[in-house]
Parts: sequence; C-alpha cells; structure tokens
Amino acid sequence: MNEPIQVPPEPIELETRALSVHYGAAAAVRDVSIRIPDRQVVAFIGPSGCGKSTLLRCFNRMNDLIPGARVAGQALFQGTDLYGRDVDPVDVRRRIGMVFQKPNPFPKSIYDNVAFGPRINGFRGDMDLRVEQSLRRAALWDEVKDRLNASALALSGGQQQRLCIARALAVEPEVLLMDEPASALDPIATQKIEELIYQLKQHYTVVIVTHNMQQAARVSDWTAFLYMGELIEYGPTKELFTNPRVDRTEAYITGRFG
Amino acid sequence: MAAETASFPGAAGLRRRKRTERVIARLLFVFSAVSILTTLGIVAVLLLESARFFADVSPFEFLTGTEWTPLFRPARFGVLPLLMGSVLIAGGAAIVALPLGLAAAIYLSEYAGDRTRAWLKPTLELLAGVPTVVYGYFALSFVTPIIRSILPGTSIFNAASASIVMGIMIIPMVSSLSEDAMRAVPQVLREGAYALGATKFEVAARTIVPAALSGILASFVLAVSRAIGETMIVTIAAGSTPALTLNPFTSVQTMTAYIAQTSFGEAPQGSVEYNTIFAVGLALFALTLAMNVISGMILRRYREAYE
Amino acid sequence: MTGQPSGVQRRPTGRPTDAVSDVPKDFQPRLRARARAGTVFAGLCFAATLVGVLALAALLADIITDGWHRLTPGFLSGYPSRFADRAGILPALVGSGWVLALTALVAFPLGVGTAIWLEEYAPDNRFTRAVETNIANLAGVPSIVYGILGLALFVRAFALGRSVLAAALTLALLILPVIIIASQEAIKAVPDSIRLGAYALGATRWEAICHSVLPLALPGILTGTILALSRAIGEAAPVILVGALGFLAFVPKGPLDGFTVIPFQIFSWVSRPQVEFQELAAAASIVLLVMLLLMNGTAIWLRNRYSRKY
Repeated sequence: MNEPIQVPPEPIELETRALSVHYGAAAAVRDVSIRIPDRQVVAFIGPSGCGKSTLLRCFNRMNDLIPGARVAGQALFQGTDLYGRDVDPVDVRRRIGMVFQKPNPFPKSIYDNVAFGPRINGFRGDMDLRVEQSLRRAALWDEVKDRLNASALALSGGQQQRLCIARALAVEPEVLLMDEPASALDPIATQKIEELIYQLKQHYTVVIVTHNMQQAARVSDWTAFLYMGELIEYGPTKELFTNPRVDRTEAYITGRFG
Repeated sequence: MAAETASFPGAAGLRRRKRTERVIARLLFVFSAVSILTTLGIVAVLLLESARFFADVSPFEFLTGTEWTPLFRPARFGVLPLLMGSVLIAGGAAIVALPLGLAAAIYLSEYAGDRTRAWLKPTLELLAGVPTVVYGYFALSFVTPIIRSILPGTSIFNAASASIVMGIMIIPMVSSLSEDAMRAVPQVLREGAYALGATKFEVAARTIVPAALSGILASFVLAVSRAIGETMIVTIAAGSTPALTLNPFTSVQTMTAYIAQTSFGEAPQGSVEYNTIFAVGLALFALTLAMNVISGMILRRYREAYE
Repeated sequence: MTGQPSGVQRRPTGRPTDAVSDVPKDFQPRLRARARAGTVFAGLCFAATLVGVLALAALLADIITDGWHRLTPGFLSGYPSRFADRAGILPALVGSGWVLALTALVAFPLGVGTAIWLEEYAPDNRFTRAVETNIANLAGVPSIVYGILGLALFVRAFALGRSVLAAALTLALLILPVIIIASQEAIKAVPDSIRLGAYALGATRWEAICHSVLPLALPGILTGTILALSRAIGEAAPVILVGALGFLAFVPKGPLDGFTVIPFQIFSWVSRPQVEFQELAAAASIVLLVMLLLMNGTAIWLRNRYSRKY
C-alpha cells in the first residue's frame, strides 16, 4: 500500500479524460480517465455489463452507430480528440482497427476479405503482397496460402478469427482493439490467438477486452478493472493480480463475484 | 366415491371426443388436398385442352413460328410474337423496377430511420395494392399521352406505356423482398466493414448488397415473372396486334392480353381459335412456373452464404 | 486525421508514411471524395423511393380529376347504358358484393383449414414439404391461368355456366394460397407453451387448437384473409375468362345468375374510345379504390388492435 502508484510509460497512444457514455438515460461508462501506452497490451476486465466493451468502442467511434448513444468527456488518440468537430470517423477507423467477439468474415473469398479494407481505402501498392503480409502477421498464411480464393466461411472458427485479424491489419492501423477475441473459440485456437497478441505488440498497441482473467494475466502488460461503468483500478498486470489496491478488485479477482 | 368422479364424463365422453378428433383431422386433410387438386386441375386442363389444339396445329409450328394470325386465312399459329410481346414488356418493366426497387431497398434498409420507415414502407406497399385494371387506365390516360408528346410517332397502344406502369407496379415487390434479404444480414458484418474504415454507402453497397445477393436476385426473377403473368395493364394499354419486334413504341400483344382479348370476344367454342387460349395459356404457365422455380433455386442454393 | 494541431510531435511508427499526413505511403483514402459520393448515392436511393410515392400520387390525381364529376348518386344506383350520362354501376356493385361473400365463404374455411392441418397435424416429412412448395408455386401462377381453370372446370365441367358462383369459386382458388400462407404465419406465431398447456390438461389436438391456438391466431388470420379478399375484388382477368357480362341490365339475384363486377366494368368502359366512357371508368376506379381502402384499413386496424407480443 505504500508503493507509489505506477503510471503507464510514455509515449501515450490512447487516453480518455472523464469519458462518459450514455445510452438514453442509462450510463454505460462513467467518468473514466485512463492512459494507454504505445505498443503495449492493455486488458479491460470486469463482470458482464461493466462497460468494458462500450469503453473500447469509444476509441474507434463505433458507438456512433448506435442510435441514442451520447459521449461526454474526451477520448484522445496521439493527443488529438477523437470526437473533435473536424475528425472523420472513417479515418479514425482505418487507424484504429477492431476485431470482434464472434469472427465475422465477409461471405467472400479469403483474399477478398483481406483486400477489402485496402481497396476501400485506396490502396495503391501491390495487393497480393499486402494480402500475404497481413496473413503472415496474423499467423494464418501457411494454412491458407494455397486456397486464397476459397470462401472464408469454410475456415474453422479459430482460422476465421485470425482472418479477421489479418483483415484488420491490412489497412496498417496503429492500434488494434480486440473485443473478447477468443471467447467463441476452443482452447487450442485461443492459445494461438494469445501467442499472436504477444507478437502483435511489437508493431501495434493492443487493447483487449476479456472476461477471462487468466487470459488477461497471460497476455497483457497493463490491466484495467471496470465495474458498473467506472474504472476501479488500473495498473501493471502483475501488480493488479498479485497485490490489488482496491478491495473490489481483489473480490473480483478472487472470484467472490463476477 | 362415485360422486367424486361424476363430474368427469368418463369413457363414453372420451370416445366421443376422440371420434370428433378423427373426423376433424380427416376433414382438414381433405381441405388441404384442395391445393394439390388445384395444381392438378390447372395442369390437366391446360394439357387436355391444348391437346385438342395440337391435334390441329403442330407443336413445332407453335413454338417456332414467327407469325400469329389465328383469324386470317391462311391461319398462322407461331407463338413467338406473343412471347416476344410478353418479354419486351416485362423487360421494360424490369428496367424501371429493378434499379428503383433495389435503390429503395438500400434506402429503407440502411438509411431510413424507424420513423421514416413507418410511413414510407406502407406507402410503397400501396402501389402493390392498386388493382391492375386501374393501372391500365392510368397507362392509357396519363402515361401514353406523355410519351406521345415526347415521341410523336408513338401509337396509342404501345409497349412502353405498359412497361413503365407495370414497372411501377412491381417496385414494391423488388424493394420489399430485397429489403428483407438485406436486413437479414447480421449486424456484425456491418460492424466489421465500418471498423475497416468504410463509409456508410460503402458498407451498404460493398458488403450488405453482396451478402444479400441471393435474396435480391430471387426477388428480381420473381418480379419479372409477375410482369410476364400480368394481364390487365397490357390488355388495356399495349395493344392487340402481335408483332415480333423490339420497338416499344408500337402496338404489341402479349400472351396474357391475347387470352383476355380472345375470350372477351366471341370465338365459337371448340374452334381452333378458341383452343388457342389453352395453348397460349400452357406456354404462359410453363414460363412463369419455370421462373418461379428458378427463383426458389437461387434462394436455396446461395442461402448458406453467411452462416 | 484531418487537422492535427501543430504542437503535437508526430511519433515515428516505423512504417513508411507520406510526408504530408500520417497516411502510410501506399494509401489514398480520399476521405472527402468518398464522403461526397456517399451522400450523392444516398440521395439517389431516397429519390428512387420517392419515385414510387410520386407515381402513386399521380395515379390518384389522374383518376380523381378524370372521374370525380361522374360520381353521382345516379352513377351508384344506375345500370350500364349506351348513354354515358345515364350509365351506372349498380349491377357491378351488387355483383362484387355477391362475389366477395361467396369467395369468402369458400376460401376462408378451406384456407384456414389447410393452414391448421399443415401447422398442427401434418407430420414433418417430404409430402408435407411438397404440399407447402406447391402452395408457394400456386401463389405465383398468373391470375389469368386461374381464369382458364375456372372456365374449364366451373363454367363447363361443373356446368355452372357464366355465373356468380363460377367466378367466386375461381377467385377462391386464386386467393387460397395467400390465405393459407398468412394463416400459417399467424398460427406459427402462437408459442408452443400455449398448446402444451392445453395438452397437459388432457385436451385432444382439435380441442387444443380450437380453444387455445385459434383465438390467439385469429386476428392475424382475419387480417390476411381480408387482404386476400381485397385482392380478389380487384381482379379482372379471371373474371373475363369466366364470362362476366359487359352490359348487364339487371342485378344478379342468385348464385347462378349472370353477373359483372366492378373491375370488369372498368375494363369494359376503358375499352371504348369515347371520352365519356373513359371518365366513367375513372369514376368506377374511384369507387373500387374506396372499397379497397376500407377493406385494407379494416385489416390494418385489426392487426394493430389485436396484435400482441407474446
């Protein structure tokens, strides 16, 4: 209790200041201030409905798509307000990518799935090379290189999720947001995803929402615990899990509720 | 003891209820058989009556002849001009309805808010509820004069007028079925596309429409089938001169118009002219059935698309 | 990002970028152009939707301006005549009424009965699916083909002649698939728990249906039936085949009488070149549309009033 509170190292990639999100009258995120460092993995944990996914979606303005969602406070990307008046969400989403809970490949070929983002964003280089690079970065290339024209839906769940990661990487984002990426997958596929995250942090900042505490402990450098829309505690993963400062954090981690 | 069970009818009552049950079950089965009998009836009538026609006229001439003049001497019975008339008008209707219907579906599915949909969608559905005879009047009294003022060489009865009005009539069919197909695409697919930095229109056009393509195409085929089978608009506005032509500004006759106009007239029963009704009816039935079956096949074959 | 404040240091990301913005060298996002294109296309789609609405408005305006002045009480109570000023649609109104009643009488039990059988009794096998496919196909058969069937079957084979009854039976067959499908939907919407509750009390299948399922499904069934009937009274093609009379000087009094219906009367008048008859056709169209409006309005009111969320 006497150790100084640790702050995430500079440079800070993403930051929120007193961020609140309301759906209609209900508050999903309340007054959250958090700083996410560059090229590290930060995990958001907490019980169902605590607002971790909502908070995640603030970073790529996906909450804009929900009618009735109101955002107050600030969310900053490399120092610039994501919700500023002259900021185009389309641009934000190219630079801050997202992978969803249930793999959602388009009903197109594997190649076209990965190429979709670059094509939309006016990619001018060698598309074949870009597709290959992205699939390699997602650790999927060896498994699909001979069947790039096959339908993406023919892949297994774990492969589809890695395809979605490749698809997100193809537009050269700087941040990768992952909303419970392995919760729909079997343990072996989950392990592959976790290994992938470890490699991805060399190039990308990763923010991952997970309800699996062991996964957060394995994979992340920093962990934030949210409860009922509020940020309860945020610290280096090892610290938070072995020596949490707040009682409620400890209660959640030791399984007394959740 | 006996008094406690007296309130239940006992074995006799149960037997009676079970007999009622059996009778009703059989009755309902018979009712359902009517639908099968209807199809059998249609097929039987068309085949048997056409057989009489084909005793006098060779099927080969019927299917490949390019002149349809049953009332002239010598009479010619090639159905191609009638088929051409049907296809020409249905094609014109498709040119109107398919783009407009699909665009309306995109708007209703991806852009319109709930309040806008609440009045816009039923209004569009009203188009489908107007009786075709009223559409025929509209074509003749409103659309045709407009066409003739733009292109003075157009005859009073012409294919273009019927095509345009028929296209308007089938817009709701295309938009409704396409919209259903598009709304059935899971929301996560949209989110995935947005998350890659796509604009709203790019999500709609490059992700949703391709994902819903089987439903959209099936709706196209169904709409064209409906256009081919429609009678009153063409009978009133398109004319009664069979013509093997692609010119929409002249008078043509469709299969349906021929059947209606011939039976509205007074061809003697049993004559070859009278029997042409059944032969043309058979061709019409076969064509629309084939298109409906194809539409169903498109839907089934590609339905697994995104699950 | 558009407009980064100049004070912020751009952090090297280790990837090749354009000198001007943060966009990696290979991309050309053209944000403004894409946003503009999106707005334009969205506008076009909205305009497409409006085309239909405008066409409907034009149709209504056309009919009303052409036929309004012919809508006199004499018109509604008169008989067809060579003289347009004396012509009326009374036989057609009565004929339509007869046809509506008879068609409903035949199609409703057959349609609902079939729907009940398909949903509650029929085993889930290939035969049942074939029946359902058949019904779906019948829904797509052109109405004039039904007219041909009616001509051969009811007018000639059943020897009903060119009568109200023959027309009603033909139209009943025409709208039967529509009623069946709508009723099936309504019955399907009733949750299984309702049926199971009745069975658990020892009810036979019919008793369970009659007392538990049908009352809940009835609003949907009635709505679908009314909509189907409104389609039936607007049909002219099958009626032409079955032999409606264009010049009927009397009002049909029995099911085997000769007859005419409003759509047929419209067709008959439209087919004459004189302007007065065109106007009569427009007036009759107004009457027909009003009838349809009443029927559809009733159906929608029914649906809104009684539809429950389970």
